[in-house]
Amino acid sequence: MEEKKILDDLKKKFPEKILESSAPFGDLTIVIPKAALLEIVDFLRKTPYEFKMLLDLTCVDHAGRTPRFEMVYHLLALTDRQRLRIKLSVAEDDLRVESLTPIWKNANWLEREVYDMFGIRFQGHPDLRRLFMYDGFEGHPLRKDYPLRKRQPMIPLRK
Amino acid sequence: MSTRIQKDARPDSLLLNMGPSHPAMHGAVRIMLELDGERILNSEVEVGYLHRGFEKQCENRTFFNLLIYTDRLNYVSPLINNVGYVMTIEKMLGLDVPERAQYIRVLMSELSRISDHLTCLAAMAMECGAFTVFLYKMKAREFIWDVIEATTGARMTTSYIRIGGVRADLQSDYQASVQKAILETRKVLKDVHGLLDKNKIFLNRTRDIGSMTRDDAIAWGWTGPALRSTGIAYDIRKAFPYLVYDRLEFDIPTGERGDNYDRYMVRMKEMDQSLRIVEQCLAHLPKSSAALRAGGIEPADAIKISRTKKTRTDIRLSPNLEGAEKAVYKDILADDDRSVLPAKEDAYTTIEGLISHFQYFMKGHGIRPPKGETYFSVEGGNGEVGYYIVSKGSDKPYRLHLRAPCLPLLAALEELIKGRYVADVIPTFGSMNIILGELDR
Repeated sequence: MEEKKILDDLKKKFPEKILESSAPFGDLTIVIPKAALLEIVDFLRKTPYEFKMLLDLTCVDHAGRTPRFEMVYHLLALTDRQRLRIKLSVAEDDLRVESLTPIWKNANWLEREVYDMFGIRFQGHPDLRRLFMYDGFEGHPLRKDYPLRKRQPMIPLRK
Repeated sequence: MSTRIQKDARPDSLLLNMGPSHPAMHGAVRIMLELDGERILNSEVEVGYLHRGFEKQCENRTFFNLLIYTDRLNYVSPLINNVGYVMTIEKMLGLDVPERAQYIRVLMSELSRISDHLTCLAAMAMECGAFTVFLYKMKAREFIWDVIEATTGARMTTSYIRIGGVRADLQSDYQASVQKAILETRKVLKDVHGLLDKNKIFLNRTRDIGSMTRDDAIAWGWTGPALRSTGIAYDIRKAFPYLVYDRLEFDIPTGERGDNYDRYMVRMKEMDQSLRIVEQCLAHLPKSSAALRAGGIEPADAIKISRTKKTRTDIRLSPNLEGAEKAVYKDILADDDRSVLPAKEDAYTTIEGLISHFQYFMKGHGIRPPKGETYFSVEGGNGEVGYYIVSKGSDKPYRLHLRAPCLPLLAALEELIKGRYVADVIPTFGSMNIILGELDR
C-alpha cells in the first residue's frame, strides 16, 4: 500500500517526468528522464518518505540498444523500511549525467567507480578519476565491447 | 602519478605513504597522508590493489559457476556472501527452500558473522598493542571454523549454500561441536570484555576517535555495525526479514557516539546476539529425514551380513560431501529439477537423472532466471551485502553488481582522520573491518 502511495504522489508531483513505473520481483522501480534526476531525488529525500540513504549506484551497458547505457540508483527510506530503484537512460553520444555528490557523500566513490568501469561523465563531480583501475588504463572494462582477456599496454614505472 | 593530495599539499608539509604493503592495512590499501608533525592535514585513500574483475568475470560465467567467486568477496564470512547471491537467484526463480535448509543457512550465517567480528576485533586489538586479545579471539574463531569445516568441507572457500538449498546436511555430531564453539566463544568474549572494556590504553586509542554523527553516517551510506554504532537500529534481519529471522529472538545492539569504541562494543554485543540465534537454531532445527536418524547399518557391515542372509534396505548413507545424499535431498534442497542438481544416485542409475544432470551443466541450459532485474540484500559481517542482477533469460547474468558494505565505510575514512594524529589511523581503520576482497571486487 505504501508503495502505491509513493508512486501516486510522485506522479502527481511530476506528471511528465515519471516515464514508467513497475515492481519487477517486488522491487519498486521508476524510470525518469536524465534531466529530472536531481529534482526528483531531492523531492524523495525531503518528502515524508525520507529516502535519505543512497544504497547503491551503478550502470548497465545494453550494447546494441539505443540509448545504450542505463544508470541505476537504489535509495533506502530508513523510517519506512522501503527501497526504491530509479533508472535513467544515457545515450552513447552524450555520456553526461548529473552528479549526486552535493546530496550524498558516498556518491563520490560510487560515481568514480561507474566512470572507471563505464565511462559515464558525472557533471559537477569534484574529483572524477578512476577508482579501481590505474591512471593510463585504456578503455572501460565493464562495457560489453571490452573483451574479457584484453591486454593493456605497459605503462612507465611510477617515479 | 599525480594524485590530488600531491597537487594540493602545502610546501612545508610532509607527505607519507601508508600502505599498500603495511601490516595494519588488511590486504592492500594505500593511504597518502599530508602531515604537519604528527597531525594529519589531509589524506587520500587509494583502492583497487585487489581488483580482480569480479563483475566482469561473473558476466561470463553461468549462474551455477559464479557461486565460487562469491566466496572470495568477503573472505572472512564467505557463507553470508553465498546466502546473498543464492537468495537473489531464488527471488528471481521463485524457489521455495525447505525449512531445514533455511535454518542451516541461518546457523551458518551467524557462525560466519561471529568469525567476521572476531577477526575484525582481533586485528584491531592487536594493532592497538593487545596481542593477548588477538590470540584469544583467534582461538575462539578456530572452534567456529571447525564447525564450518566439518559442515562445508572448507575453511574459507566454502561454496556451501547452493541455489535451492544447501550442499549437504549437517554432520551427525554437529550439536556437540556447535555447543563447544558457543562455550569457547562465550569464554573468550568474557575474557576480552575484562581485558579491554576499561583498559586505559585501549580507551585512549578508541574513545571519541573516529566519531561519526548519525546524519553523516546516513549521508555516507553506512550500514551494519558501523551505522548501528551511531545509534540507528537498522538491521536487514529485522527491517527486511529473510530466511527464518522473523521467527528468532534477538536484539539489535546500538551505540551512541559512533566512535571506535562504540564500533568495538556493538560488534562485541552482536556476537552475543548471534550466539543466541545459533542456540535457537539448534533448538528449532527441523528433524532430518528418517533414513538418517534410523541409524541404519554401515555399508561395510551390510556387505558382511549379506554373506549369511538377505541384506537390509536401510543402509546408512553418509551425509557428508562425498557420500550419496538422495535420502537427505528433500530436507535440504528445493524440489525443482530445473534449478537443483539431481542426486548422484539418480544421475548414475536412471536416464532421467542423467538427462537432468547434463541439462544442468550444458551451455545455454542450466539455471535460467526469467528476464528482468532484481536487488536483494542480506546482513553481512560489516553491513548490507546487496546483489543487483540483470537477467536477459540466458544462463549467464547480463550484469551482476555487488553492493559492497565496505566501500562507503572506507570512503568516509578521509573525513574521520582529518585533524587527528597518525596513530589514530590504525584503530579507526581497524574498527571498520575493511575487507579489500569485497571492496575492490
